[in-house]
Amino acid sequence: MIRTSPFHERTAALNETGLWSHWAGHLAANRYQVSDKFEYFAVRNAAGIFDTSPLFKYRIAGRDAERFLAGILARDIRACAPNHAQYTTWLDDRGFVLEDGVIQRRGPDEYLLTSAEPNLAYLTDRVGRLAVTVEDVSLDIGALAVQGPRSRPVLERLVPTVADVPFFGITTGEIGGVPVTVTRTGYTGDLGYEVWMASSHALTVWDALWDSFDGQGILPYGLAALYMLRIEAGLLLLGKDFDSSRFAFNDAHRSTPLELGWSWMFKGLTDDDRAFIGRRALEREIAEKSSRWKMSGLVVDWEDYERVYGDAGLIPPKNHAPVHEDWMVYDDEGKRVGYATSFMYSPILQRHIALARVRPNLAKVGNRVFLEFTVDHHYQKVAAHVARLPLFNPERKTTMTNGAP
Amino acid sequence: MTDPYDAIVVGGGHNGLVNGAYLARGGLKTLILEQRPIVGGAAITEELRPGFWFTTFSYALSLLRPQIVQELELPKHGFLPLLMSSRLAPTEGGEYLWFTQDHDANLREIARISPHDADAYEQYSHDMDRVCQAIKPLLDMVPPDPFSDDPEELLALASLGGRFRRLDKRTLHNAIRLLTGSAADFLDDYFESDLLRGWLASSGIIGSKVGPRSQGSGLVLLFHSLGEHDGAFGTWAFHKGGNGGFTQVLARAAEAFGAEIRLGSPVERVLTDDGRATGVALADGTEFRAGVVVSALDPRRTFLELVNPRELPDDLVDTIRRLKFQGTSSKVNFALDGLPAYAPLADRGADPFRGFLNIGPSIDYLERAFDDAKYGWYSREPYIDGAIQSTIDPDMAPPGKHVMSCFVQYTPYRLRESDWDAERENLGATVQATLERYFPGFGDLVLQREVVTPLDIERTVGLSEGNIFAGELLAPQMFFLRPAPGWAQYRTPIAGYYQCGSGTHPGGCVMGAPGRLAAGQIINDRAAG
Repeated sequence: MIRTSPFHERTAALNETGLWSHWAGHLAANRYQVSDKFEYFAVRNAAGIFDTSPLFKYRIAGRDAERFLAGILARDIRACAPNHAQYTTWLDDRGFVLEDGVIQRRGPDEYLLTSAEPNLAYLTDRVGRLAVTVEDVSLDIGALAVQGPRSRPVLERLVPTVADVPFFGITTGEIGGVPVTVTRTGYTGDLGYEVWMASSHALTVWDALWDSFDGQGILPYGLAALYMLRIEAGLLLLGKDFDSSRFAFNDAHRSTPLELGWSWMFKGLTDDDRAFIGRRALEREIAEKSSRWKMSGLVVDWEDYERVYGDAGLIPPKNHAPVHEDWMVYDDEGKRVGYATSFMYSPILQRHIALARVRPNLAKVGNRVFLEFTVDHHYQKVAAHVARLPLFNPERKTTMTNGAP
Repeated sequence: MTDPYDAIVVGGGHNGLVNGAYLARGGLKTLILEQRPIVGGAAITEELRPGFWFTTFSYALSLLRPQIVQELELPKHGFLPLLMSSRLAPTEGGEYLWFTQDHDANLREIARISPHDADAYEQYSHDMDRVCQAIKPLLDMVPPDPFSDDPEELLALASLGGRFRRLDKRTLHNAIRLLTGSAADFLDDYFESDLLRGWLASSGIIGSKVGPRSQGSGLVLLFHSLGEHDGAFGTWAFHKGGNGGFTQVLARAAEAFGAEIRLGSPVERVLTDDGRATGVALADGTEFRAGVVVSALDPRRTFLELVNPRELPDDLVDTIRRLKFQGTSSKVNFALDGLPAYAPLADRGADPFRGFLNIGPSIDYLERAFDDAKYGWYSREPYIDGAIQSTIDPDMAPPGKHVMSCFVQYTPYRLRESDWDAERENLGATVQATLERYFPGFGDLVLQREVVTPLDIERTVGLSEGNIFAGELLAPQMFFLRPAPGWAQYRTPIAGYYQCGSGTHPGGCVMGAPGRLAAGQIINDRAAG
């Protein structure tokens, strides 16, 4: 039978739609009310709360934990001090991405890795003789994302040290009298935190948090709003924007971290003599500039978009619901030069936007490409330009001010 | 002597700001002069009580042109329209219509009252969409001048005719019925429910001295249905921080393009030399020079006060003198200690206050409200377009507290044997008593009440007779007749002197189109030398 999250008793009472998605074997709300856009606005304008418990979670501990992870993770974990977290990735031998995830360094020798897919066998099989234990704690830990400009004022009333936590920092405290860990992380590209606690304490924490929201316009949000937020934030989704090399049948379904736009993770690579899986392939790709793609933001030219639909006698649709399909990208000469994997109308940017991979030589910011739409059952090309990711990147995400949107 | 500015915009309301931003974007060294200590004109948000932010006058983004959002890059400067999740239209007897974002649920909601009207609503919405689609381009064009022999103008007229000739018969007929008839007649063809008809007809009276059964109300209904937000017609939004939040975004955009904004600088007159504008003089005598002067004020001030009418053709002066203003709308704003109770919806576990609240339960109700105004008094039972904005934007009130904006009609500028200084608080009491009938206990929640009558609008913002559209927005004063025949293309008889306020085409509401279109004319004229 499908599992429910440790917060299910509360989220089920709030889910007015009665509908659920399946996420990692759990019931997860797609939306709590009819309008996911309203939940989206709660996050960008006030704050939202999201049950992120279905993530896979691994506790990696022991004297050799850092050494172990330094060999597995492509981003240098040694640069992550205790009480900090890192967005990271792990590769196969050929330098293709297996997965991405966030790793928290909760103590000198203790880490918590979260991922979208199971990794227990992959991790334990690589421990060898190192003094490390890898424990699947996915069901033992509940997690809530509290995201949006009001997340800090709300949380710091409950956990005062939250006030000083930097981007990707970690602190601990109590909510509702039970211990929690608070990380300044999230999947929305906004100011936001995630709160981690023992599953057995989940409802206590939910209730205390919920009570503190009173009258502040804070709403629970579901997967539909999350997907809108993450596209604006330029955060990729496994299975939509890229696939794991582990289960791919051919290289068209594989991506390197450079192709996904993660070259920033390897800025210090030349000064770091660490042996990690995929290193040589990664070095070769850098040296030979052999990346096939560059993950980019695309912003659709609104005049061209209106023209194409207007000429057909249609009201140009502006649908905020993300579409996760291949949309072909062409250059000026009509040659296919890439494809978009996530597409939506962004309410905060008031533009149609896409996450797309394009040939690296065309991925310069401002470069014009064409995105293919179907209008009245015919293919139509609409101008778009390449833009820097993330497409929405408010100062408050990384600074110590709540700030206006 | 060189001109320190290329262009001076008189008035920092939303159209002045839009105009100044476009001029600066077009490379003109631009100065925007605002009389008050705050930009925004009638689109401002003020903290009248610590922590409580009131949209004193204008309160929603209705017809804002999407081109402006894009061309002025407003999202970069904090543009954030907020979705309203529901709308409520109650009757005094406890019946109601409650619309959410769920289309199917809305149809069920109508069917609860009239199964016939639920079906008819689909047809009505589609028919309105078709008419809006046909009319919308008029909002974004400089009206052609039918009095001109210029072949370009004749071509523009012909192309306009061609556009309407291509419409299907039903859409063209609906368009003409709306443009010439009453909202009540049009709605009667679709609906039988009093409540639904009253709700929809309410859009046909906003800001105008017409009742739902008056000719002209069809046009007002159509105009307000043209609001376009994220590609859907007829949708209105709030802006983060109210409409003052929006004009702050405009000001930041204008400054980012290089425009300079001077607050507390009331312009007394436009300086002219030999039929050309040369600058402006402030009330304190300070003078600024520029080859282009743009008035964002209403036509009466633009033509009769800022310049000497004797410099203008007599027929223009005569038309402007006869222009109808007769403001008829007021605002009553409340600071509330909590949300009102609404028993009829309580058992549905719904929060009824996340959007507009329409007190206009039937066409008869609206028409009776209008009857009072016809004879020089304010409605004893007024039409109210309410919104508890802090439910959408929690930053507008302290946690758990709320601000409520109420647009009220009819409140004629001229009262019979009295005046607004005498009647102001009586109007506030009338509105509060009306709300009390629909939401028992409302009065106990009121922490503060602000009443803004047409007289107050005129005094504070400068809109003549408190008309929120800067001149009545009805057929005799629209399109190539706005503000006067022959002078609807944003120019004036004085070279270098332009107009860009809501008194020009396409008119009022926080639309920005006049400011944008006027800037296009100015930039084209400069290019043509």
